[in-house]
Amino acid sequence: MRLIPTCLSAATALLVAGTSFGVAAQSTSGPVKVGLMLPYTGTFAALGNAIENGFKLYVQEQGGKLGGREIEYVKLDDESQPPKATENVNKLIKRDNVDVLVGTVHSGVALAMAKAAKDNDTLLIIPNAGADAITGPMCAPNIVRSSFSNWQPGYAMGVVAGKKGVKKAMTITWNYAAGAESVKGFAEALEKSGGKVTKELNLPFPNVEFQALLTEIAAQKPDAVYAFFAGGGAVKFVKDYAAAGLNKTIPLYGPGFLTDGTLQAQGEAAQGMLTTLHYADNLDTPKNNAFRKAYAIAYKSNADVYAVQGYDAAQLLGAGLKAVNGDLKKRDQLTKAMHSVTIDSPRGKFKLSAAGNPVQDIFLREAKGENNEFVSIAVKALADPARGCKL
Amino acid sequence: MDLATFLVQCLNAVQYGLLLFLVASGLTLIFGIMGVINLAHGSFYMLGAYLAFALAPLFGDWFVTRLAVGVLLAFAFGYLLEWVFFSFLYERDHLQQVLMTYALILVFEESRSLLVGNDVHGVAAPSWLAGGFELGGLMQYPWYRVFSSVACIVVALALYAVVNRTRLGMMIRAGASNRDMVRGLGVDIRLLYRIVFAGGVALAALAGMIAAPLSSVYPGMGGSVLIICFVVVVIGGIGSITGALVASLLVGFVDTFGKVFFAEWSGVGVYLLMAVVLVWRPEGLMKRGI
Repeated sequence: MRLIPTCLSAATALLVAGTSFGVAAQSTSGPVKVGLMLPYTGTFAALGNAIENGFKLYVQEQGGKLGGREIEYVKLDDESQPPKATENVNKLIKRDNVDVLVGTVHSGVALAMAKAAKDNDTLLIIPNAGADAITGPMCAPNIVRSSFSNWQPGYAMGVVAGKKGVKKAMTITWNYAAGAESVKGFAEALEKSGGKVTKELNLPFPNVEFQALLTEIAAQKPDAVYAFFAGGGAVKFVKDYAAAGLNKTIPLYGPGFLTDGTLQAQGEAAQGMLTTLHYADNLDTPKNNAFRKAYAIAYKSNADVYAVQGYDAAQLLGAGLKAVNGDLKKRDQLTKAMHSVTIDSPRGKFKLSAAGNPVQDIFLREAKGENNEFVSIAVKALADPARGCKL
Repeated sequence: MDLATFLVQCLNAVQYGLLLFLVASGLTLIFGIMGVINLAHGSFYMLGAYLAFALAPLFGDWFVTRLAVGVLLAFAFGYLLEWVFFSFLYERDHLQQVLMTYALILVFEESRSLLVGNDVHGVAAPSWLAGGFELGGLMQYPWYRVFSSVACIVVALALYAVVNRTRLGMMIRAGASNRDMVRGLGVDIRLLYRIVFAGGVALAALAGMIAAPLSSVYPGMGGSVLIICFVVVVIGGIGSITGALVASLLVGFVDTFGKVFFAEWSGVGVYLLMAVVLVWRPEGLMKRGI
């Protein structure tokens, strides 16, 4: 029985050694270790690559250094698998001793990363995952997001629908957190203008057999439909909606993900559709034009919203490191700088809220050809309500 | 729900059920007759969808020709696959079959990623099937959906005729009940199995090709189809074509009306149906044997 205490003390010794080593790694010289935990395989692989490309583009533009420190990357494929997330993020924090975590796309994985970042007090920059909770109940000074919260585009579309005089709307989405949060934002804004969501339709993820629910929509005849789907589901839903002839009588609205990166596959069915997002493909600003040109030269492909989010994640880190001259030990100053800096993003200028989510303009876009073109600003400087955050 | 809406929903259920049958019939053939648990069946469905995508520019509006070419290619692919991999599996236990067919899923997914990439692609329906007709003043019903239902019925009848009315069908039925006896009577059982397997692959690929314009093609599309197909096969009774047809239609109705009436629980309905059927008839609705 003596064995157990011995093992325990040995383990503790190892832990202590590990921790002190961790502190030693966070010095003021040598490279800053950035852990890129992104999907490099599976459905979201293209998104992970775009985020990494955007991040590295900004670092290259700064001469490979942020705040006077070289940047060293440790890459890890999260496979968009929540069950493996905790183990993966601990590998980066404990084994690789990264100074900063950057990731990821899938909200379920990002929630596990946020928890680990909170427990270990590691700096975390989220370049996509929109789960409201990350900058809500789970918010922390060391966790920031360069993308959006699911609530934001939904709320903006609710405002647009309200202005168009929609009184009776139906929503449809997969039965999962991102869809529910997006629909909630839409309903909240619509109610403010006197409208109402009469029925929320949902189906299990990733089921794509929509015909029964389309018949339900046709029978109820609402003024508008708000849909949240992404990837293959978004393509099929938009096509089925048009094939049922519903798009002629009941306008279909949604967040940008309904038509982003899917317009080629959706073809005629998506043309003219209105969506809301914090980026549009043809924003004609000097910053966006320069960014898209640099990205096209560096990677021989067109930048998208994910590349922008990666680019801005690097901008946020750069601003923090610059404020402390690369001294990672001055953590409080570093995070304060990240929260107070104005980021000159390709999407337009934005700042972080106290909870760490961008306060940003949400654009109304129209699908034309293979682009989601800018129509107008749906809501200016929209801040996520950060419900449940005590910062 | 008024009568018109109810009838449209019934149509939706039948149409979904028939498409399910087309995929599941191939699975039940391979599973029931050869005793191989083929997890890679969903990948053959995906293969068909991507074939439709790849062949579409070559054939244009020659839609039926495109389907025929795709089925032939898939049959050849299945023939080769059985020869190289599956022919070694018949004597092994089910765990090894599961392991190898799971490995095949990974190989197919990676090859797809390398060859076509990870984007979502649309496949256009042929122009002579574009558009739709008004249904009960409610909504349009696309002609292509009608076509897909008719195609599924034709395949179901053809399958029934081949299995029950031809010499090949007789050998297949005999092989399913007693492999050694059939070999003893001088039938080349290895060739027979190879044909059955290739036929199963071709059926799944045909389903994928027919579904492609409806569902578009995207990574991982085989996975969800595979699960629902196993549900159909288990409900219908392993190896029974008629059972697969009845079970597909049942699943179609439960899924459609579950979504309408019990939106929050619609994911459970189909599996609840499976559990009830298994308690009531552990062998499935129809007994083994076609």
